Amino acid sequence: MERPIAMNGDQAIAYAWKQIDPDVVAAYPITPQTIIVEAFSDYVADGHVNTEYVCAESEHSALSLCIGASAAGARTATATASAGLAYMWEMLYIASSMRLPIVMAVANRALSGPINIHCDHDDSMGGRDSGWIQIYGENAQEAYDNTLMAFRIAEHMDVRLPAMTCLDGFITSHSLENMSLLPDDVVKKYVGEFKSIRPLLDVRNPTSYGPFDAPEFYFEHKYGQIKAMENVFPVMREVQKEFAQISGRSYDLVEPYRVDDADYVAMAAGSTAGTLRAVVDELRAEGKKVGSLKLRLFRPFPVKEIAKVLEGKKAVAVMDRAISIGAAGPSFPEVRSAMFDVAQKPKIVDYVYGLGGRDVGVDDVKVVFSQLMKGESKAINYLGVRQ
Amino acid sequence: MADADKKYDEYPIGGMITEKGSARRYKTGDWRSRRPEMDKEKCIDCLFCWVFCPDSSVIVENEKMKGFRYSHCKGCGICATECPKKAITMKEEGA
Repeated sequence: MERPIAMNGDQAIAYAWKQIDPDVVAAYPITPQTIIVEAFSDYVADGHVNTEYVCAESEHSALSLCIGASAAGARTATATASAGLAYMWEMLYIASSMRLPIVMAVANRALSGPINIHCDHDDSMGGRDSGWIQIYGENAQEAYDNTLMAFRIAEHMDVRLPAMTCLDGFITSHSLENMSLLPDDVVKKYVGEFKSIRPLLDVRNPTSYGPFDAPEFYFEHKYGQIKAMENVFPVMREVQKEFAQISGRSYDLVEPYRVDDADYVAMAAGSTAGTLRAVVDELRAEGKKVGSLKLRLFRPFPVKEIAKVLEGKKAVAVMDRAISIGAAGPSFPEVRSAMFDVAQKPKIVDYVYGLGGRDVGVDDVKVVFSQLMKGESKAINYLGVRQ
Repeated sequence: MADADKKYDEYPIGGMITEKGSARRYKTGDWRSRRPEMDKEKCIDCLFCWVFCPDSSVIVENEKMKGFRYSHCKGCGICATECPKKAITMKEEGA
């Protein structure tokens, strides 16, 4: 039986780790992720887990430790944010190319400067090309649920890729919510035993990890990563289906809301997806034909699923809590590209919003829908910036 | 290069090498622009060359220096520098 309890998003992830009891956690604290490793270190100190917990001297070292541990045959987790993720950069690529299913929580925070500790997605969005699976959670419940599912997806033999479970810094990481937690034995059974491929500690079958890869082989190994990433789609669907059976909570790769007869759709990843649904309900009450789409999975990018939802709509606002300066928000060109081959193309515009933790509430999202419905949106819009 | 004829999914994932001593099959001799040559008249079999060679390319049999394994020697010249009797000289490849 589930017991209700209040937790913030970070505590929820630490609790998920406690239930999973990973073999190794190596981390370095950084706001707004700190509560995760702080709460988990309590579980370690109090003997609730058997985890080998390493407080590394930097994020580069933390992920390096995870890579070594994962190659050695350990189930491994870590957490970071913002500059910490940036400091892991070269190791992100090492982890994914060595096909190590490390699970990392990212409490999304602006990547300075000017220096800022609040939420936007610039940190993880910058890592979109690093070969990591990226799942964005809307609230603390999803932060917990996504963590449990991420181990299953990353460790699946058809995948074997590292995964980021992203949650909005402060908005989700530090806000208390009423949680539904699964019992320990249910979690243990769901996540299962960690299976290792050629662990370094198997001395009878010596293996070299991460050797130099010459031009004759490198492309084939990259292609292996590409195909593994494609396999995330069916694997994640299956993992989510099984999760629904144990929890009663159903998830999809993208989650449409009241879109069936909608003419205008706004889409976002993270906590803003909830604000979108609230606004859709208000506008629907006024008779407006609007809907919303939550982007849960950013890597791999669910092209077909998005195209299916958005085809035939009049206009779509892609909301990006990140900016590739000199281009657009990161999801915008991908959504437009996803819609290029469909017959009934909507008008698609970008709304860059909420950078550095700028609050985006119901009234702000109403501006987006209003401009979208009146055809007043530019191709790229910067929501609420004083210009 | 050996094995560069398989499809991507026929290799172990992540570029891992699952075979012992496979570096032996990786011929680095064609990187060489200069080759070491030994004057056995001057050699005293001190085996400094064998100790210093970073690629295990000095052939030793019964504690005697017998020559170089050119399939692996990259031509770094350390052996020629360390030889106390100047018995090893570096010659341009193809000269």
